[in-house]
Amino acid sequence: MKKIKIKANEKEGVVRAKVLLAHKMLTYKQAEKKGVKPNFITHVIAKVGGKTVYELSSSQFLSKNPVLKFKFHGKTGEVLEVAWTDLSGAHASASKTIK
Amino acid sequence: MKRRKFLTLSATAVAALPVFATDFRALKPEAWKAKTVEGAIKKLYGDTPLVETDKIKVIHPKVAANGAAVPVRITTDLKLKSIALFQDSNPESATAVWSIYPGTVADFSLKLKLKRKTNGAKTVLTVVAEGEDGTLYVRKSALDVATGGCEG
Repeated sequence: MKKIKIKANEKEGVVRAKVLLAHKMLTYKQAEKKGVKPNFITHVIAKVGGKTVYELSSSQFLSKNPVLKFKFHGKTGEVLEVAWTDLSGAHASASKTIK
Repeated sequence: MKRRKFLTLSATAVAALPVFATDFRALKPEAWKAKTVEGAIKKLYGDTPLVETDKIKVIHPKVAANGAAVPVRITTDLKLKSIALFQDSNPESATAVWSIYPGTVADFSLKLKLKRKTNGAKTVLTVVAEGEDGTLYVRKSALDVATGGCEG
């Protein structure tokens, strides 16, 4: 399964982005019940051409496989890069050309 | 570009942590452990008085059928540095903090896990926005959670 899925479309100078992050997002309590280590995404960042357009510091209370939607000023043809880091230090990134 | 310079400096200072600019988890680790909304706001933004506003819109269902994924959308036209989302039904209050950049449009959606309160009371979402001049705006919104998604 791909770790990040991105959709990004421009309309009148504003890009709407929809990002799916594949992650279990185990809270401390859930992890305790399952007897595994808690792990959840702590930081998400999105960049276009080296400039940050979106940044989220998150907690364990986002849903499993969270979907984030956001908007920023941009143009068709630019490349949107999204990256996350989780509690264990693992990270993933993906990029997509804005339609 | 002073701010950028400052951020680079602070990032080097905490070189052991990820080299991201404004990771609020690294900057304010205490805020994420706070058990109450008020406590979390104080840890995150300090003692600045809160100004109630209706310019922040918090959009969510009145009754969340499934607490495992409650869609929440926050939009505003205010000029801001950051927005934070808190709730009062899970063990810890702080949920998400967004940083706002020049290119960002303040319109964010995500899905939350919310626990049903034991007495069936409404869950209150609190959104705190830090203005460019340092003013703290606050908006509260309540919803019912039909089935909890956080399992305690």
